[in-house]
Amino acid sequence: MNVVEQTWNWFTDPASWGGSGGIWIRLAEHLGYTGMVLGISVVVAVPIGLWLGHTRRGGNVVIGLTGALRSLPTLGLLTLFALWIGIGLTAPVLALVILAVAPLLANAYAGVAAVDPAVVDAARAQGMKEWQILFTVEIPNAVPVLFGGIRNAALQIVATVTVMAYIDLGGLGRFLIDGLAVRDYSRMVASMLLAAVLALALDGILALVQRMLTSPGLVKEES
Amino acid sequence: MNPVSRNASRREVLGLAAAASVLGLTGCGLSGKNALGPSKGKGTIVVGSADFVESQIIAEIYTAALQNAGHKAESQPAIGAREAYIGAVKQGSVSVVPDYSGNLLQYFDKSATESTAEDIMSALAKVVPKGLQVLEPSPAEDKDALVVTKDVAKKYGLESLEDLGKVCSDLKLAGPPEFQERAYGLPGLEAKYGCVPAKFSPINDSGGPLTVKALLDDQVQVADIFTTTPAIEKNDLVVLEDPKNNFLAQQAIALIRKDQVPQAAQDVINKVSKTLTTQDLIRLNDRVSGDEKASTVQAAKDWVSDKGL
Repeated sequence: MNVVEQTWNWFTDPASWGGSGGIWIRLAEHLGYTGMVLGISVVVAVPIGLWLGHTRRGGNVVIGLTGALRSLPTLGLLTLFALWIGIGLTAPVLALVILAVAPLLANAYAGVAAVDPAVVDAARAQGMKEWQILFTVEIPNAVPVLFGGIRNAALQIVATVTVMAYIDLGGLGRFLIDGLAVRDYSRMVASMLLAAVLALALDGILALVQRMLTSPGLVKEES
Repeated sequence: MNPVSRNASRREVLGLAAAASVLGLTGCGLSGKNALGPSKGKGTIVVGSADFVESQIIAEIYTAALQNAGHKAESQPAIGAREAYIGAVKQGSVSVVPDYSGNLLQYFDKSATESTAEDIMSALAKVVPKGLQVLEPSPAEDKDALVVTKDVAKKYGLESLEDLGKVCSDLKLAGPPEFQERAYGLPGLEAKYGCVPAKFSPINDSGGPLTVKALLDDQVQVADIFTTTPAIEKNDLVVLEDPKNNFLAQQAIALIRKDQVPQAAQDVINKVSKTLTTQDLIRLNDRVSGDEKASTVQAAKDWVSDKGL
């Protein structure tokens, strides 16, 4: 029996789906971790990116910093943090937030900084306050780029949340790591398939949300 | 699924990852030598090893002892996983490799059920392929063991796994992910000692620093780690006895190719095995993997001259 057949058998076995270690629970855990990490990352990175973009300052710092963050290996960070603060949710969440902050910060900055200065000046000339300019002019114009960052971050998180199973947490990575430990390759393949499907589904949903949030004026301009 | 060797498979995985990364970085083997193309002259005894530190240390010990006894010997460390280094012995490019008795038996006979040190040795003698031979086993043993902190041992009166069985349901246990499914893991603990822990925490570092940290932080009270882990000595951990032999005996042992290792050289290796203890392995591992970062060769040479071999 080859791995493809074994994987098929694993998927068609009802025992794989139910129970505390079944696919449904692992999917829910995976989505839960992804949502939590994405939420924290957005709260941390987007306001900073927007503000830097609005002031048009610190571009070099943002580019350098996000480039450096992207190069940090998440599994290494997870191990490092877990050695400092112990096993549990905090260490992997911290490691994944560092992963996700980079595209969010970069895109929030770039989205706002790229808004036509003439538009911003026009708003300012009409007497709008700085926060009004940011919220009513710059952010709506930056939505496509900003949201691109969110989608990028979400994809990276949903793919990388599998590392949480390196320590005693759940998610789809459990199948990957437990499968590897006992050389059960069918489980590993299944885990990758599930993570890939989940990533595509999540990206599809975010694409819809993006379309709803984007100002009609911008869409017309693009098409 | 696959009942093969216990700690071997973990290590193979780690070893493969390590080897892959090193290969990726430097484009050559760990030793800087070509592991596949030996440069040995005629009559040279080539000592190979698996690609984890302890195996390399033992191989260097064999090499140093053989050289001190006037034999021509050279080491070829970090050949790879068991399939690779035993293949090299069979094929004749390597004459000696260190291994562990239980794992080696499971490798040659997947259906073997022997678990005590003596049974494993007598079974092993029968299944070793023609032309190969295992030498005398060492008292030094590197096997899975459940350990607890001194405080936990005192609090629950723990000395052996039988004691653990009585209080197991109050305690959390950490181990590598395969511990959940392998025969010696949770299934064995339940069958032999009636021990079903309150929670099993899989930690994928083969009883490494994260597992030890979880134990010391009391996030878990029992952990599965190897008996030669330096952390046992450093943190005064208590290794629970295993009277019913749930964990296979894993004595350090040399597998040789008979036509390449003369009797005098076999005697040298046997003497090394007799002298080597689990404590020695803990200290040697600590010198190499701990803060000192001594080379395997240096650690091995120091041990050999300390013991006057």
